[in-house]
Amino acid sequence: MNGTIEVQAVPLHRDDEGSRMGMWLFLFTELILFGGMFIIYAVYRFSHPAEFHLAAQELDTSVGMINTIILLTSSMTMAMAITAIQKKDKILSMALVSATLVLAFAFLVNKFFEWSTKFSHGIYPGSTELMGKPPGEVLYFGLYFVMTGLHALHVMIGMGLLAVNLAFIKRGIVTWDKSVKLETAGLYWHLVDLIWIFLFPLFYLIH
Amino acid sequence: MHENIGKTEHIVEYKTYAYIWMALITFTGVTVIAAGMNLGNWTVFVALAIASIKGLMVMNVFMHLKFEDKVFKIFAMVAFAILMIFLGGTMNDFITIRW
Repeated sequence: MNGTIEVQAVPLHRDDEGSRMGMWLFLFTELILFGGMFIIYAVYRFSHPAEFHLAAQELDTSVGMINTIILLTSSMTMAMAITAIQKKDKILSMALVSATLVLAFAFLVNKFFEWSTKFSHGIYPGSTELMGKPPGEVLYFGLYFVMTGLHALHVMIGMGLLAVNLAFIKRGIVTWDKSVKLETAGLYWHLVDLIWIFLFPLFYLIH
Repeated sequence: MHENIGKTEHIVEYKTYAYIWMALITFTGVTVIAAGMNLGNWTVFVALAIASIKGLMVMNVFMHLKFEDKVFKIFAMVAFAILMIFLGGTMNDFITIRW
């Protein structure tokens, strides 16, 4: 063609919907992971209703409620961070991801003090105080520590994902046009919130 | 040049999220109040019903399930159904077993 060279741009394959589907499929395995523990909870609560009731009195409902509000709010700021980046507001998006991180940290601080209080009362896995209690209460606290502990681990992993995405937004790797990394991190974060929505009434609200 | 199959076109407004947040906080209050009332054996079912409503709001709006392709919803329902089969089977066995 008249001696000119036609440069063909290499098509960059991208499938945002596929990326989100991948995250959803992973979240289903998380559902089964926590679901297994909810099933154990259901069986033992059914077989030891009175002891579960008694053991739950040890937990502070207001701490649980504050943490619920913190996580629900962090879920909102996370969702808004995606809206912000899609509306090309990079600064607001970074502010909202940072707010989510601060709330996540506040959740963990609360959890730390909550567990510390339990420990100072001699209630921790394998303690002589706990082992002296009836079997149902031992089961309740075993499930409490494992389930809220695994949940807290998810909060920490989520914070790592959010921190990485904060850097991605700053460096222009995540932009209004390429926001799927932030979207999938968001999906993970909402799952952490979703699990807490069920943990809260099942551990703190047995009256 | 991009070849992008599933680009998100749907942008959810800030106020939609704010409304959902308000509803979630309200339901948290409701579940705490409901737990304080003497509902006997219904306590756990009321708590789970409220948690499910909250969960659906989080999934549909925060997680954009409402705006996704139908296949996402089918997958989510299948995953939930599998969990319910596990739970139902285990509880049925546990309740009816003769030790």
